[in-house]
Amino acid sequence: MEPSLKPPPRTGTRTIELQLSLLEGNDRQAARNRARFKELGLSAINLVSSPGAGKTTLLERTLSEFGSSTPCAAVVGDLATDRDAQRLGRSRAPVAQITTGSACHLDAGMVARAVDGLDMRGARLLFIENVGNLVCPASFDLGEKTRVVLLSAAEGEDKPLKYPPIFKSAHVVLLTKMDVAGVLGFDREAAAENVRRIAPQARLIELSARSGEGIEQWYDLLGTLTPKG
Amino acid sequence: MEAVLAQAREHQATQVHRIVLRVGALSGVEPDALRLAFDSVIKGTPAAGADLDLETVPARGRCTDCDLEFDVQSDFIFTCPKCGRISGELVQGRELELARIEMS
Repeated sequence: MEPSLKPPPRTGTRTIELQLSLLEGNDRQAARNRARFKELGLSAINLVSSPGAGKTTLLERTLSEFGSSTPCAAVVGDLATDRDAQRLGRSRAPVAQITTGSACHLDAGMVARAVDGLDMRGARLLFIENVGNLVCPASFDLGEKTRVVLLSAAEGEDKPLKYPPIFKSAHVVLLTKMDVAGVLGFDREAAAENVRRIAPQARLIELSARSGEGIEQWYDLLGTLTPKG
Repeated sequence: MEAVLAQAREHQATQVHRIVLRVGALSGVEPDALRLAFDSVIKGTPAAGADLDLETVPARGRCTDCDLEFDVQSDFIFTCPKCGRISGELVQGRELELARIEMS
C-alpha cells in the first residue's frame, strides 16, 4: 500500500471514503445460493480449469458411475453452444447449460438462474462446470462447498506457480489425463510438488477419466462431500 | 462502475475526478486489463476523464503451525519465516474494493 504522490484536490472537490467490495453483489448471491443448496440437501462443487483440461470428460464418467448410486445434477458453463450439456445429458442426471456469451467465468447469479430451470429433487451433489479459464473464476464465489481445480498433463508442471490465485483458492486439485503423462513428458512428482507449495491446503488426486486410474479416490472424496440423509 | 455512479448520484456530484481501488495481490485482477476496461466504461458518464488509482494490497499469510502472520513474497508460496512451514492460510490479499472517490 505505497501512498502515491497525488496532486492536491481541486477546489470544490469532495473525497468520499468507502470500503466497498466490488464483488459484494456476487458474494451476496453466492451466500443465497449456498443457503438454497443446503435447504435442498445438496453440496455444490465448482470445477475450474483451463479449456480442455478434461472437466467434461471427468464429469461424464462421474455422472454415469458415481451418479448411478448418488443422484447428481450438473450446470455447465461455456461461451457458446450446448455441446457439453448434450454430452452430459446422456446420463440420467439433470443438466443445464449456461452460455455466457463473451463472459469468461460464471457468476453466482447465472448459477442461480440455471438451477431454477432444473428439477433438483433428490439430487445430492451439484456439479458446476465453470468456463475454461484459470484467472477470473478465482474471484467469483458461486455458493459452492468445494472448489476443484483441474490441471491436465498437457499443460505443464508449473501451472500452479503461474496462476497462484486459483490454486490458492482450491479445496481439491486434480492432476488429469495421467494416462498420457508419460507420452507428454509430464513430471507428475514435480507437478504435485508445485501444487503442494502453492496450495498446501488442497487435497491432491492424480487421475485419468479415460483409463480410470485414480478415479476411485475421486469417488471416495465425492462420497465424503455428499450430504447424509 | 455502477457503484461509482451510484455514489456520484447519492452525493449529487456532476463530475468524478478520481477513483481509488484497493486490489489484492491475489485478487486475480490484472491491473492493465482493469485500466483498459475502465477507459471504455467511463465514456459518456459523469466519470469520463476520471483518474484511476490502484492501491495494491500485499498478500499476507498466517502459519498454521506457529500462528505467525507474515508478508508473502511474489512467488505466492506461503513459507513461514519462523518455522519454514508452507501454509495455505491467506489473511489478506484477495481484496477488490472501491476505496474512495473524488468528485464535485
